[in-house]
Amino acid sequence: MNSLRRNVLKGAAGAGTVAVAVAAGLLKPGQAFAAYPRSAYEARSLADAMKNMGVASPVDSKDIVIKAPDIAENGAVVPVEVTSGIAGTTAIAILAEKNNTPLVCDFSFKGGAQGFVSTRIKMGATSLVRALVTAGDKTYVAAKEVKVTIGGCGG
Amino acid sequence: MAEPMRIRATMQGDVADIKVLMNHPMETGQRKDAKTGQLVPAHYITTVTATLNGAPVLEAGMGGGVSRNPYLGFKVKGAKAGDKVAVNWVDNTGDKNAAEATVG
Repeated sequence: MNSLRRNVLKGAAGAGTVAVAVAAGLLKPGQAFAAYPRSAYEARSLADAMKNMGVASPVDSKDIVIKAPDIAENGAVVPVEVTSGIAGTTAIAILAEKNNTPLVCDFSFKGGAQGFVSTRIKMGATSLVRALVTAGDKTYVAAKEVKVTIGGCGG
Repeated sequence: MAEPMRIRATMQGDVADIKVLMNHPMETGQRKDAKTGQLVPAHYITTVTATLNGAPVLEAGMGGGVSRNPYLGFKVKGAKAGDKVAVNWVDNTGDKNAAEATVG
């Protein structure tokens, strides 16, 4: 067993320690596996969220397939499925452009995990859902518009 | 204490299709209580880790934008029937939960 991986995973259990390391600037969010990119999740705009994730200029890719409804009646539960056909995909992030905090979730893959993820997200208003895919040291992006009839973020 | 979570892992060819359903309110911290007009405090899962036979396969970060009772589906190549899938989550209050299932 790869001992480094085990240590990194143990680090995930001590999430507080990681948060301190991030705050102190020791770890750049998005760089270390298991470091929760808090600043990216708290960012209020798409540009800030991407900046805090360390994503500079993603390349448009047709190899990313976003499966989401064209019209979501209930913005509180929007099923989203992202499949990356890009070889060597290591991470997928899902962003809803007009949400108060656009970054919804991010996934990094290890071992035999495929570049595929399926989840359900909240959307405040009709907007683009973006999927950022990291493969090697490059980032790719795809987008799909989802129309929301009733927003799921306010109340 | 957190409610249990459910994991279903099935083989599809040489790929394990793993589905996880977690029980969590996923409060964003931006919603107001209809009765009191006060903001409902943020309470959401921040990190989910999944392992296959002890080796990490997926690390997920989440914000308040994930729906209540989060659903997570992912696929792992090279798994086989009988392998153990374990999923752990931690939320922003430090609460945590773990569950295990066998690939079938």
